[in-house]
Amino acid sequence: MKKLVELIDVTAGYNSKVVLEDVNLTVYEEDFIGIIGPNGGGKTTLLKVILGMVKPMKGTVIYNHEMLKRTDIGYLPQLSSVDISFPLTVTDVILSGLMMHKGVYVKMNREDRKKADGIIDEMGLKGFEKATLAELSGGQIQRVFLGRALIGNPRLLLLDEPDNFVDTTFENEFYIKLHELNSRMAILMASHDVGTISYHVKSYACVNRHLHYHPSPELTEEQLSAYNCPIQLVTHGPVPHTVLKKHD
Amino acid sequence: MDIPVLQYDFILKGILGCLFASITAGIAGTYIVSRRMVFLSGGITHASFGGIGIGYFAGVNPVAGAAVFGILSAIGIEYLSVKQKIREDSAIGIIWALGMAVGIIFIYLTPGYTPNLISYLFGSILTVTNADLIALGILSVILLLYFSVFYRTILYISFDENYARTYSSYVDFFKYLTTSLMALTIVLNIRMAGVVLVLSLLTIPPNIAMLFTRKYSSIMKLSVLFGFAGTSGGYLFSWFTGIPAGAATIFVLVVMWLILKLITMVNLKREME
Repeated sequence: MKKLVELIDVTAGYNSKVVLEDVNLTVYEEDFIGIIGPNGGGKTTLLKVILGMVKPMKGTVIYNHEMLKRTDIGYLPQLSSVDISFPLTVTDVILSGLMMHKGVYVKMNREDRKKADGIIDEMGLKGFEKATLAELSGGQIQRVFLGRALIGNPRLLLLDEPDNFVDTTFENEFYIKLHELNSRMAILMASHDVGTISYHVKSYACVNRHLHYHPSPELTEEQLSAYNCPIQLVTHGPVPHTVLKKHD
Repeated sequence: MDIPVLQYDFILKGILGCLFASITAGIAGTYIVSRRMVFLSGGITHASFGGIGIGYFAGVNPVAGAAVFGILSAIGIEYLSVKQKIREDSAIGIIWALGMAVGIIFIYLTPGYTPNLISYLFGSILTVTNADLIALGILSVILLLYFSVFYRTILYISFDENYARTYSSYVDFFKYLTTSLMALTIVLNIRMAGVVLVLSLLTIPPNIAMLFTRKYSSIMKLSVLFGFAGTSGGYLFSWFTGIPAGAATIFVLVVMWLILKLITMVNLKREME
């Protein structure tokens, strides 16, 4: 397995406020890492450090340039800030995923449009090319943004709480898709819903200012408290379910 | 029939004024409406009235004074809303009222002849000077070039700024530049439609366009078209009735919007049956 990115003793944050401290993480080409932890614990910041949007205050991020160019990272940000009534078609939203391959002066050519058509097909959005997001369901919107992250054909896919936007009906479909994508690319997915992702990820990173890497998809209560990761607890069983702490 | 030369000049001025107003207002209006900046633009418009007053008082071109005020307040509001040190709607409300107050104070303080305030408040094609027309013409060309060259860059930044920051370090540059051009559009159209009415010149055409399409570039093109229909319709209306052109234009635009809205609603109902 080849390394894609390596974070060594990274401390990062905004202005002078430290959000992540002494974080070490190596991402390999076949990884599917679930990033869990409380809100404000630094999940988004970790993804932004890997993207190069947040420069570390201390430590280094080493990219394996043979395997991973800057344009080989696909990103699905948290979608809370997007105005879905903005007059932009599905095709145009997906095409914006190619912007990092282009300069400020951008013209989309026939090849780009062909790529967008391919993604629309793959995401099951045929017939919605000219629709705006306001005309779509939550699951479809999510697939549009996943499409935007995928059109540049990334080696590494960063997902920031993609399950926020979607109802449970689409959840399963979405994870099947991710599973399939994982054969082509490494995936890092931030989530607060450990219950669902535990069926899909190969390993965990618990982020709460510090990062604890957990190399298997099984987590116990003891491990979580040792990692200082105050989140919902999970157990595995024939039916996906969540076990909460006992009431006092 | 003999039409005096003066009248030709007047007609030509009217047509050019309508054309430039609809191009600038159509492009800027589409941006403002889709970014939900209508209230902010109201703030910029009224803030620039302060510049008009100071311009008169200082004896410089009032439109230049308005342009400075307009652009500064636009950048100021955009900056404050990013830093979130103050609630954006409150900031706009304060700048809105302050601009009007400053304008009135300085016009009141200007000795001698006080300018025709009504023409600034409600607009009048009669007071549009050749210099105003040239400025509006140049702005039309700048906006057409800017939006055709940087179309996707501008569009994607206004749609999803956070994502744009992942691939571009020019996000702030384009945001401030575009907002400044919007402010300039508003200020230069004040002569046409007036402080009170100019905002509707920017917001009604895109809303009419959105009855027919949801594609950004089509909204922009249709806005220019509907804007031209509205301004030239209003101009003719005012020619025959003597009603101020600004008010007539807005009236024509709103009537157009109502009729087309009704037609599209009836059509939709018929389709559903």
